[in-house]
Order: sequence, then C-alpha cells, then structure tokens
Amino acid sequence: MFEPKIMCFLCKWCTYAGADLAGTSRMKYDTSSINLRVMCSSRIDPQHILYAFKNGADGVFIGGCHPGDCHYVEGNYKTLRRVTLFKRMMEDFGIDSRRLRLEWISAAEGKKYVDTMNEFSEQIRALGPLHLEQVTLTKEEICHE
Amino acid sequence: MMGNGKKKKIGIFVCHCGVNIASVVDVERVAKELDGYTDVELSTDYVYMCSEPGQKMILEQIQERGLDGVIIAACSPTLHEKTFQNVAELAGLNPYMVEIANIREQNSWVHTDKEKATDKAVKIVKSMVEKLRGNEHLEPIKVGITRRAMVVGGGVAGLQAALDIADHGYEVVLVEKEPSIGGHMVQLSETFPTLDCSQCIMTPKMVEVSRHPNIKVLTYHEVESISGFVGNFKVRIKKKPKFVDEDLCKLCGDCADVCPQVVPDEFNMGLSFRKAIYLPFPQAIPGAYTLDIDSCLGLLPVRCGKCKDVCDARAIDYDMKEEIIEEEVGAVVLATGYDLYSMQALGEFGGERYEDVINGLEFERILSASGPTGGEVRRPSDGKIPKNIVFIQCCGSRDPELHNSYCSKICCMYTAKHAMLYKHRVHDGNATVFYIDVRAGGKAFDEFYQRTVDEDDVLYMRGKVSKVYKEGDILKVRGVDTLTGKLVEMEADMVVLAMSMVHADGSGELMKKLKVGTDKDGWLAEAHPKLRPVESLNAGFFLAGCAHGPKDIPDTVAQASAAAAKVGDLFARHELLHEPTIVPVIEELCSGCGICISMCPYGARSLDLTKHVVKVNEVLCEGCGACAAACPCGAAQQKNQTDEQIFSMVKAILKG
Repeated sequence: MFEPKIMCFLCKWCTYAGADLAGTSRMKYDTSSINLRVMCSSRIDPQHILYAFKNGADGVFIGGCHPGDCHYVEGNYKTLRRVTLFKRMMEDFGIDSRRLRLEWISAAEGKKYVDTMNEFSEQIRALGPLHLEQVTLTKEEICHE
Repeated sequence: MMGNGKKKKIGIFVCHCGVNIASVVDVERVAKELDGYTDVELSTDYVYMCSEPGQKMILEQIQERGLDGVIIAACSPTLHEKTFQNVAELAGLNPYMVEIANIREQNSWVHTDKEKATDKAVKIVKSMVEKLRGNEHLEPIKVGITRRAMVVGGGVAGLQAALDIADHGYEVVLVEKEPSIGGHMVQLSETFPTLDCSQCIMTPKMVEVSRHPNIKVLTYHEVESISGFVGNFKVRIKKKPKFVDEDLCKLCGDCADVCPQVVPDEFNMGLSFRKAIYLPFPQAIPGAYTLDIDSCLGLLPVRCGKCKDVCDARAIDYDMKEEIIEEEVGAVVLATGYDLYSMQALGEFGGERYEDVINGLEFERILSASGPTGGEVRRPSDGKIPKNIVFIQCCGSRDPELHNSYCSKICCMYTAKHAMLYKHRVHDGNATVFYIDVRAGGKAFDEFYQRTVDEDDVLYMRGKVSKVYKEGDILKVRGVDTLTGKLVEMEADMVVLAMSMVHADGSGELMKKLKVGTDKDGWLAEAHPKLRPVESLNAGFFLAGCAHGPKDIPDTVAQASAAAAKVGDLFARHELLHEPTIVPVIEELCSGCGICISMCPYGARSLDLTKHVVKVNEVLCEGCGACAAACPCGAAQQKNQTDEQIFSMVKAILKG
C-alpha cells in the first residue's frame, strides 16, 4: 500500500505550537508527515519546496500564522504571495499543485492542525506517489522543453 | 559538506518520558539506529532526561567525551530547550549547540502505530543531527539601554505610569494630544463604589506629575512615528501650536472675555460653550490658555487680533508653527484610553436627535459640581429638573450582530451610580434602569448595586429597549420586560444611554505607526492573556488602562503601576540580550540587488553604497528569515538555519 511522505514546514509561533497543542490534547492523526520548524513561514524558499519534491516528498505543507497575526508583522503575506506564484510554476513543472498546501493555523488550533493533516494525507493518498526523484531529464530534454 | 568541513562529535539522548514516549516509540531502537550515524559519537536513552540524574548524565557525557553538540529527543522545545541549554552551558558547551528533537507532542502523543511512530522518531532525530552538524557557536548580541520612558496618554493610566517610573528614578516623557492632562477621569462626577469626588482625587495627581523633576509633560503633542527597538527607540513627536506661551500665560482670562467666537465645550461634552481661546477646565495642567485654530476667526490673512491686544503678559504669539521634536527613549507605555461609541450608531434611541437623550459622560458632567449645571440635575433642552429618568445599559455592547460583541465592563456600575446620585438630588424623581444582566464583579461593587435598589428605590427592569421616540414634548421609551414577557412603554423626561466603550485610536492609525498589535476590536493586544497581561508582543511596549480594554479606575491604576514596574525591570538590567540567530550577509555572494531590503519588516537591512553590498543592523534583525528566502544569490543566510541546513534536514526526513 502506498504510504505518502509529507514534508511540513511550520512556523515556530503559530502552527508549530498548534501541532504541539494537538499532542498535548492527545489528538491523533496520520503518521505520514514530519515537521521542520522554521522561525517564520516566510523563511521557506520555493527551492526548499522543490527540493522536498525532488527528494521523494509526495506532498509539502506550509503552516503559518493567520493574516494579521504574524510575529514578524507581515511574513505570512510574503509566504502567501510566494506560494500562490509557486503553485502556478508547479503545474508547469508537471506537479499537481494540490500537492502543496498552505494553511494558517494558530497556536490555539490543535484541532485544525489534526484535521488538516488527516485531510491532506488522504488527498495525497488519492493523488498517489509523485516519484519525482526518479525523473531525470537529459540536457537535451531540458533544452527542448 | 556541513559544519565547516570539520567532523563533529554529537551526543544523542533519547528520553522515555516515563511511558509518555516509550509506550508508543521504541526508544531503544531509536537510540540504536542513530548509533553510528554521521558525526554521532554517542547515542543513548534514559527514562527522564529532564530529571536531575538525566541532566547530570548529559553534563558528564559532554565533558567526558568532549561532545561538540547534543540532541535531546524528548518533548517540544518550548518546554525544555532552555533547561538543556543551561546544562550545556554548565558543561562548557555553547548553548546554541543544543537541539531538541520533538518526539512527544509531535509524535508519540499523536500516533498509535508503534512501528510507524518509531520510524518517524528516527527520522526526526536524524534531521536534527543534520541541523546540528551545520550549527555554529553563537553569542547573544549585547545592546545598551536608554533609561528613559515615554508614556502616551495623560489620563489616569498615563499619569500613574509616569509617576511610578519617575519615582523609580528614570526620566519620563508624557505625551498628551489634548491641551491638558487629566483624561476622562477628570470629567467624572463621583466614582463608584465609594462616591469619591473624581476631580478631588485626580487633580492632585495631575499637579504631582507636572511638578515631578523626572517628568516632562508635552500636552497638545502627538506621536508621529517611532523607529528603533526595545531599549533604543527614537520617537518623532508633533508639537501642535497653542499660540499661547505656557510660561507667560497668567490665566487672567482676559483673552477669552474678548474672544468673539463661541463653540461647544468639549470638556462639558458640548453641554456648554467655550471661546476659541480657552482653558479646558479650571484645574487644567499646564495652566495656560490654548488658541483653538479651527474655531478661531483666523490668524491669516485677516487677524481678529482681539485676544493678543488684551494680553498684558504678551503670551499670545500668532506666529507659532507646528514643530516636530525628537525624543530618545528605551520603553513606551501606551495609555491611550477610550472613547464612547457614537450615539448616532444607535439611531433607534434618538441620541443626537433628541437633546434629552444623552450618554453617560454627558450625565457625569451634569452631575459634576464643576459641570454646566453646577451639579444640579437639569435636562439639556429646557433646564427643567427631570422627574422621570430612564437609563439604558449595553448600548452598543454585547451585541455581536450589530455593534460590539464585548462587554464594556464599567457601565453596570456607573449606571447604578448615576441612578443613585440622581435619587440623592431629586428625591421625588423616578429612576428606571433597563439592563441585560447586572455585572457587579469587584470589591464592594455588588453591595453598591444592592444599595441603589434597596435604599434608593431605583427600578431595575430586565429587558431591552427597542425604541425611544418623542410624542409632543414627551420622550417615550418602548421596550420589553423579559421577566414578565410584557411590552413596556414609559414616559421619560430624560434618557441616559450607557454607551459602549471603544478604543480612542480612531482608525487605529497610531498603533499602526507604532507597529503594536491590536485585537479584533482595536484594543491593544497583550503578549499573553494570562501571564504577560501588561506587555505588548512588540518588545519595549507596555499597556496601561482602557487602551487595552474596558476597565474601571482601580484596575487601570493597578495595570499602570504594573506596566511601570515592567519598565523599571527593563531599565534595571545592565544590558539587553538579543537573539543571535539573525540573517547576516555573505559579502562575497551579495550582488547588492537590494531585494532583501524590501523584505525586512524592521528596516534592518540597507545598502552599503561604498561596497555595493547589503549591510545588516544585527540589533534590528529579528531573525524571521524572509530575506533569506528572497535572496537570489544565497548571500543572506540565517545563522544556524542556513539553506544548506534546511536541505540536509529535508533529505534526512524524506530519505532517512
């Protein structure tokens, strides 16, 4: 059976704390995701996302603070802009843009974190494996594209 | 290769947390699988890492094996990161060489499948090894402190905070936008539940502030902008021209006597009139007249000039201009206070349409001995003594559909006080209060409310008023008594609306300028609702009084003193420590494009025009990393979270 790999980048102030709250409340969710803590969701460079897909991630999740709540004033707006743009590029790369998900989850929303993780895992399961790491384009193919 | 190419000696300590982790994650397998992983010198497990023997074991292992870094695989870093950093420091290891792998909150507590959870734990720990391999030793950045505070707002909150800070021995700049300090409290008649005369307790405080050698009072001034950071702010303050020299004015009042311009008096809530050149109220501080340029017949091109002609003290100067002054401070107390919700928003009650429908503050002025009626209860329209008076509570409060969802907290008490004071002055009058609930939580508050009902015969009618309208000369109040379920209609000579409190910062401009967070209703947001109630999340800003939310006077004074104590705490420190996980520039890689400059919300980055690279003010940098993600050259790299570290962590998580 296909076990998806989901790479999560969580902002330290909101979503990481929300994920902690899910734990403290002993809620349960799918094991397919692993978290990486960053100071702010705006630390996430599209290269990090692409690198995750290239290294076997079937889905990438980014969690930040709700608009207006960013610890760094406006970092989440930057993230939103980058992710929106990058989703369009993903389609050009041949990656279904549903494999990247951005959510605002606050430190108080443990339940939302759990629901999102379960939902996203299900979605990635339905989409199937990405297998991007097996794709290697030759120089000619890249030029042709 | 990571870690400057040098091999590191890393120790891994996997915690059982009793059964909290060990019942789901096979901790022995985690420790075993990590043994022999790149740079790992030691990998072991223990039942409680945070316990005394657990900490001792870590300390000894660091020293015995000369470890360069440790990973504690345990609970969330929010819990014990500091604990283990302290252990490292005790052992002589740089605390930034400690990493926490969160295998409890984000693994054992949220999963049930032991096999999968253990696999996941291994990957989490491996990712932290990869991070640690790229970490470098860091020292907190030390910053000096300007031991001077600014207090914004000269109401009771601002005055109390200013006095306390000044008494701690620090200088205070008090900024007030009105011509006098005193705020709303000086407008009040008597205060619940003790019925102290408000002016009698407020004006001595105002005098104390004005005479305190450590306090500089700037009235008719407004904060324009602020730059800098905790301990080192630069504030630009707009000085509005008063056209009267405060030091020369002798308060004779000749100028006001000759002034031909008559306008509503703000201090009396428009219930009386003042001249264009005026003293806000007799005890105003500073004691000097102010020329209100908006009401004046005009300084240019044709001057009326009457006031200047009669001023023997030569205090009036028509050539005064608006100025910007700069102050350097280390902390800011925000005590900007409240306003009342507009009566126009509740058109069904006829406020601002009928002269005898007034708000609570207007009634305070009517009750006040220094008010327009000298303390006699007389209605605004014809000066008659109202024999039937109706008070309506929760006007605009506790109404999430149409107005404000919050409770304004003080209205129950001041309405009880209003009704009581009315009955004390008009013995044969009838007072009726429409209420939703009576919230009289506070010391001696409920007893006070009971007194209005039992001793002063105020009729409390549980229910909402739907309409106040006029039939001929008589006001009619229509509502429902929700206890009997019957419609009620009664005649009233005067209606007092307990209008909801709203923050005084209008459209929120000031707080935006200061970059201070507010909640959904525009009140200042505290750093933590339980544990840090007088601080803003924005370091160096403290909250006092109603700017933070509706409050009565004792709570306001308590919060102001608490904010002042916090300022004292900040100033008592030798120096401030700033997190060193900032984003510096690798000059060799920087192309000077400046993209990162536009990303920084703190203005920490700027272009070095001689070198054509970006330079970073490391004290301003908060380490969010937005610039690092935007830099097209990889020249902006966050300390201990470089792109290379993130890539290795991602790889360890996905392939590990």
